[in-house]
Amino acid sequence: MATLEIAALRKRFGTIEVLKGIDITLEKGGFLVLVGPSGCGKSTLLNTIAGLEQISSGEIRIGGDVVNHLHPSKRDIAMVFQSYALYPNMSVAENIGFGMEMRGVPRAERDKAVAAVAKTLQIEPLLARRPSQLSGGQRQRVAMGRALVRRPSIFLFDEPLSNLDAKLRVDMRVEIKRLHQTTGTTIVYVTHDQIEAMTLATKIAVLKNGELQQVGSPSEIYDRPANMFVADFMGSPAMNLLEGTVTQNGDVQRVVIARKEGEPILLPVPASVDAGKLNDGAKVIFGIRPEAVNDSESIDRNAKSVVKFDATVEIVEPAGSDTFVVIHAAGKELTARMRADADIRRGQNHTFAFNLDKAVLFDPQTTSRI
Amino acid sequence: MSAADLVTSAPARRHNGHSLTTRIVIYGMLGLFAFVYLVPLVVMVMTSLKPLDEVTGGNMFALPQHLTFTPWADAWDQARIGVSETRGIHGYFLNSVKMVIPAVLISTLLGALNGYVLTKWRFRGHKLVFGMMLFACFIPFQSVIIPMAVILGALGRIGVDLADLTGWSFGLGNATINLVIVHVIYGLGFTTLFFRNYYETFPNELVKAAMIDGASFFQIFRRILLPNSMPIFIVTVIYQFTNIWNDFLFGSTFAAGDTAPMTVALNNLVNTSTGVVEYNVNMAAAIIAAAPTLLVYVVAGRYFVRGLMAGAVKG
Repeated sequence: MATLEIAALRKRFGTIEVLKGIDITLEKGGFLVLVGPSGCGKSTLLNTIAGLEQISSGEIRIGGDVVNHLHPSKRDIAMVFQSYALYPNMSVAENIGFGMEMRGVPRAERDKAVAAVAKTLQIEPLLARRPSQLSGGQRQRVAMGRALVRRPSIFLFDEPLSNLDAKLRVDMRVEIKRLHQTTGTTIVYVTHDQIEAMTLATKIAVLKNGELQQVGSPSEIYDRPANMFVADFMGSPAMNLLEGTVTQNGDVQRVVIARKEGEPILLPVPASVDAGKLNDGAKVIFGIRPEAVNDSESIDRNAKSVVKFDATVEIVEPAGSDTFVVIHAAGKELTARMRADADIRRGQNHTFAFNLDKAVLFDPQTTSRI
Repeated sequence: MSAADLVTSAPARRHNGHSLTTRIVIYGMLGLFAFVYLVPLVVMVMTSLKPLDEVTGGNMFALPQHLTFTPWADAWDQARIGVSETRGIHGYFLNSVKMVIPAVLISTLLGALNGYVLTKWRFRGHKLVFGMMLFACFIPFQSVIIPMAVILGALGRIGVDLADLTGWSFGLGNATINLVIVHVIYGLGFTTLFFRNYYETFPNELVKAAMIDGASFFQIFRRILLPNSMPIFIVTVIYQFTNIWNDFLFGSTFAAGDTAPMTVALNNLVNTSTGVVEYNVNMAAAIIAAAPTLLVYVVAGRYFVRGLMAGAVKG
């Protein structure tokens, strides 16, 4: 049985509908990441799960029970806020124990639970301090401690790492992942950072303008994006999207990508596409991830379908672990992710290759994947 | 001092040296105004420490020849206040204390509660409600006197009825309690304004976190909001204390005779038309009347400035 079920959830603020019918289920122990650009409704969705916002219609079930009208404290959830929301007038121990104090848990029991959580998070030396005396990372831990001590059936995280500096963010990300793996808790996590989404999630839900674009495992979202928005939003650098046309020659279908200069690129239809859905002369958008574009020698040797083409190198961006190369193809820029030591210079004419195992096609009208 | 400090402070010092005349003008002006403001106080203090013949016969600015504290003692429990039987201002001083403490505390706490609701528990029409409460700040005192008198009269009659029924009027009709009611109502607009603006910048996430922790409406107010409201609390208390303590109009209208507050008694003492005018006693009484507000400023003044600035600069 799923721990969290959201069915046909709608939320209106006055006349503006910010959540337009959301359906998500999350199994026990799952890690759901809600991701999308700012204003897409992901934080509102989290707040409705927490009970901090009332919903206009639909149903939210936690552990099988409908919680639509339950007070936040009765929903068996705990939340970690972006600003940590630690009570400034209380010590760390009092912050962590406040929820139990409100529920009338005896002092001795409270102290024991606080000590146990402090041990897990290694914040024992900080228990007597005030939040103002803590660093950003320490506050983050205390905020997590306050959530952990409740032992809820669902943890809610609202962009918990966005106030931390880059290095600390990576450390805390690993910490959260470890926490999830060791405790096996169910987590719903909001972020606008797609790296966080990819690394943490067992399930990603991509939102845009209050509508669910796609729900799936990180690899599904990454390799088989439901539409062009998801393809563009997830992954950095973004997926390359090129306009093409389908040509049918007997039984053989091909996708032709016209180029301003030089020969058009002729591609066999990618394996991900159901060939029956393509008509001769139809316009399509060809999508391919930067790592599936490489020089012809270093393209994945296990790839079943590879197409080579020549192009001029416009920009070389060494990023340490990789080198990003921007080339001009089909009147549009195309980014390739190459080896860090790739011998490549600006202005060079070079032979590149597409690994078509990883390619997808979109319908330009509906923007959906074919 | 670090290297960076040395680099930045050198031009600053040179700049100050250049503007010596500017500094003389600034300090000259400050000194002048300080003098203008302090002279009356100095004259008051000196006069209150002189015997009467020295006051009437001598120079106002002369230092006391025979230092005496009798005027202070006289003002406290000997001086005639208007036509009252009881002598000295101590009774009226106590009236003011009994009025000002509950009035300040009740209006401040209610203002805090209003500010909490208006920012953290928003309801349809909250802006209109706040606008009308703001409007209360601009209503002139004089215009509410008659309606207020009618209401207090009605409350007084209820008090008489209650006294007939239960033997106790529950304080209704009591002059000091009437003044507390008046000042609480009149001060509510200001205290609400102060607290609303302060809580406007108070993070909503703290309230949400407390809700998830299971704190109730009043628990959030008492445990989360109030403990973090010290600066604005001090500002409001100073503001309300000064206004209520110094109020004369409501005091003279709604409290007569022995129930009058300090300000009214001081007026009755000074405006006496019989006998010799005892300037030294009057001055001593005036200083006693001003002392509590002065004390409040001295004790809490630094929070006043800090609190006024608190909304302006974040963090």
